[in-house]
Amino acid sequence: MTSSHTNRGLNLTLKIWRQPGPNVRGEFRTYQMKNISPDMSFLEMLDVLNEQLIQTNEEPVAFDHDCREGICGMCSLMINGQAHGPDRATTTCQLHMRRFSDGDTIVIEPWRASAFPVIRDLATDRSAFDRIITAGGYVSINTGNAQDANCLPVGRDRQEKSMAAAACIGCGACVAACKNASAMLFVSAKVSQLALLPQGEPERARRVTRMVAQMDKEGFGGCTNTYECEAACPAEVSVTNIARLNREYLRAVVVSEEGV
Amino acid sequence: MAEVTTTTNGSSRLQSNAPTGDITTRWDRHKFDLKLVNPSNKRKFNIIVVGTGLAGASAAASLAELGYNVKAFCFQDSPRRAHSIAAQGGINAAKNYCNDGDSVWRLFYDTVKGGDFRARESNVYRLASVSTNIIDQCVAQGVPFQRDYGGLLANRSFGGAQVSRTFYARGQTGQQLLLGAYSALMRQVDLGKVKLFARREMLDLIKVDGVARGIVVRNLVTGEFESHTGDAVLLCTGGYGNVFYLSTNAKGCNVTAAWRCHKRGAFFANPCFTQIHPTCIPVSGDHQSKLTLMSESLRNDGRVWVPKNPGDVRAANEIPDDDRDYFLERRYAAFGNLVPRDVASRAAKKACDEGFGVGETKLAVYLDFRDTIKRDGAAVVKGKYGNLFQMYAKITGEDPYSTPMRIYPAVHYTMGGLWVDYNLQTTIPGLYCLGEANFSDHGANRLGASALMQGLADGYFVIPYTIGHHLATSKLPKIADDHPDVRGAVEAAKARVTKMLGIQGSRSVESFHRALGKIMWEKCGMARNEAGLKYAEQEIAALRHEFWNNVRVMGTGEAFNQNLEHAGRVADFLEFGELLVHDALTREESCGGHFREEHQTEESEAKRNDTDFCHAAAWEYTGGHDSFVGEKEQLHKEALSFENVHLTTRSYRE
Repeated sequence: MTSSHTNRGLNLTLKIWRQPGPNVRGEFRTYQMKNISPDMSFLEMLDVLNEQLIQTNEEPVAFDHDCREGICGMCSLMINGQAHGPDRATTTCQLHMRRFSDGDTIVIEPWRASAFPVIRDLATDRSAFDRIITAGGYVSINTGNAQDANCLPVGRDRQEKSMAAAACIGCGACVAACKNASAMLFVSAKVSQLALLPQGEPERARRVTRMVAQMDKEGFGGCTNTYECEAACPAEVSVTNIARLNREYLRAVVVSEEGV
Repeated sequence: MAEVTTTTNGSSRLQSNAPTGDITTRWDRHKFDLKLVNPSNKRKFNIIVVGTGLAGASAAASLAELGYNVKAFCFQDSPRRAHSIAAQGGINAAKNYCNDGDSVWRLFYDTVKGGDFRARESNVYRLASVSTNIIDQCVAQGVPFQRDYGGLLANRSFGGAQVSRTFYARGQTGQQLLLGAYSALMRQVDLGKVKLFARREMLDLIKVDGVARGIVVRNLVTGEFESHTGDAVLLCTGGYGNVFYLSTNAKGCNVTAAWRCHKRGAFFANPCFTQIHPTCIPVSGDHQSKLTLMSESLRNDGRVWVPKNPGDVRAANEIPDDDRDYFLERRYAAFGNLVPRDVASRAAKKACDEGFGVGETKLAVYLDFRDTIKRDGAAVVKGKYGNLFQMYAKITGEDPYSTPMRIYPAVHYTMGGLWVDYNLQTTIPGLYCLGEANFSDHGANRLGASALMQGLADGYFVIPYTIGHHLATSKLPKIADDHPDVRGAVEAAKARVTKMLGIQGSRSVESFHRALGKIMWEKCGMARNEAGLKYAEQEIAALRHEFWNNVRVMGTGEAFNQNLEHAGRVADFLEFGELLVHDALTREESCGGHFREEHQTEESEAKRNDTDFCHAAAWEYTGGHDSFVGEKEQLHKEALSFENVHLTTRSYRE
């Protein structure tokens, strides 16, 4: 329980990747942290570090974050080699220090993938994901064209599967965790969400072929079914979506008459 | 702060342009009266959209679909990150799918009443009437709303309403709606009609001949200053809750874009109308960097209580019903646990102030699911609220299935914002403001599941009609990049950054932000009084003075520098906070989220003053653009008239 822990401050050693800019060589630097409250979130611990660094005139560590409630997908970090750290279904911002022990050494790196180049320290450029969505992750419907929402019934099973895929937060942990830096889980989540719904039907083949082509163009690797992506995914997007992506792709290139 | 008060309707600067007559046909008549831009001329106009949340993304996509050229800006690394994404519970729409007596009129009525009669009737009616189109639009985009087994859409209830009109996608409705709007936006990027500028922060507005013609942004990756010109500017930049430091907002949420526009002449309305959300996870220590909200939908099934005996040390589950005070059910029989947010928050504060609070800090009340779990089973509760329970467990280390949640109110939403007319245009021609950033629809208190509704109403269904009128009726000569007003705005933004970096003091930006938040929360939070507010005004001014003499901003301006970004936002909060406090001091009444201790009934309910304060307070900045301190603000009042929902004392008791 929270309250009984509050006096048990943690002493930690942090090894953090510091890199002043995209084309500058980086290195690990070591920092000592004293008396860290177990109730702190991981990012609050980094806030404390940055306040210390400012006091000693060292530039604070750059890291992406925003909502700090696990939904915006902006936070990242490889923590001891694991994307978003040790907890399943948890973003870095939702990871709390009570997960660590006094005396621990924690290694903190940016996402590892050449398609996500480092901007500075722990912040990376994930705009490749936006370009993949731009290639077809949508339904072509203009504002004002829609029929009454209940004219389009969707069975509850399908809706729930679609929602489970749509839950992807676009953080890139799947890519960072994959030894091939594959983006298949991310792409499959959007393809699945729309392939499962009647709304996605008209553009089904075009969508999947264009998104896969963009994914390849961005330099993401192929999928070799090791499922690290699923294990790292904070939104618990399932690898069954990758199977569906493969089926959708095959359907599009072999049997579709959409003229892709 | 010097001020001159002008009288009701006396300010020619505040023309609401709201139609009169039968309220049910106002929007239709108004749309017909607006000038159109013909399809082949639309491609000649360039529109700048700042912010890519629900309002910004939906506006940018819809305007691009019409044929305008759009540039969309956000400070995050992707438009999909905007904080609309964190909205959990749902979105209201008057579909009456539940056959329980809902209608556009009832949604209109609930929203006006819920806002404690401080919103403009015309706007609220329009909002209620387009609410149904929003659901249709989102479903067509592939938003996977919750459905029943027959495949049709499901609904639930929210505070301040006695019907079920809230549509939802798990506890992630905001995420799904935003991803829908984002997909529409990215489709336009694909089609070449929208140019996207991520990791850009707006630092100033470019005004030429009194008309908004562009913006100055800083490229947050390279540090370069860029100017972008166009024919209209849309601010869709969200709320200012982070002036309190601790809030449920994302860390990056800020008032900078709106405040910079205010200093260029856009009036700021009702800044003191801030919403404190009742169901948030309590503060755990001094390290706290933000607060986490749990959806109000939890109050559908959770019961709020405190022990009857102050200092009861028993574990929650060991306290029998006879020793529990279900204070919302006791005080508000008709609405029970589903009273509006302001009422629920104040009741929790009152319980804690009187010594009944629970947990280590005693600043919390219980939200208990024991009875629902007994009635429906844990599986049903998990189905409805699983992700919220999981989030609570992650943050607190406690299991809400077996022990009641502890909750406490936190700053969540801001009803105030830039003043806009019925067309969503600010007092600067060509500058529009949408979504949470404007002041228009929620009065002094927003009802749950109405923020998503307003953001999308503004972006999908209002601005596409109203912006054409400005473009069709204004002279908008092309602005050269080296126009003196463009260069002037860029230089002003640069000078501010250079000045901040040059101070090289000893106190961190974070420390200033925390200190400001503490003043705001203690003196201008859930309860406010004259002495406290006057004290706060002085403290904020002093803190701002110290900031500009002693802040330490690390690094340089020519690089990715998050410390510098934060410094700029805090600098603006230090100016804006004073206006917020001053507005709270000036509004000598209690209404909605604004509770002045001097104005309450014997039962501690808010006491509104319709004789003197039935108006929107719109503040005009009258100082020079470059002055950092000693702001001068002049008050203008827009009188509010209630012809359709009659002014009554808001009661949720019976």
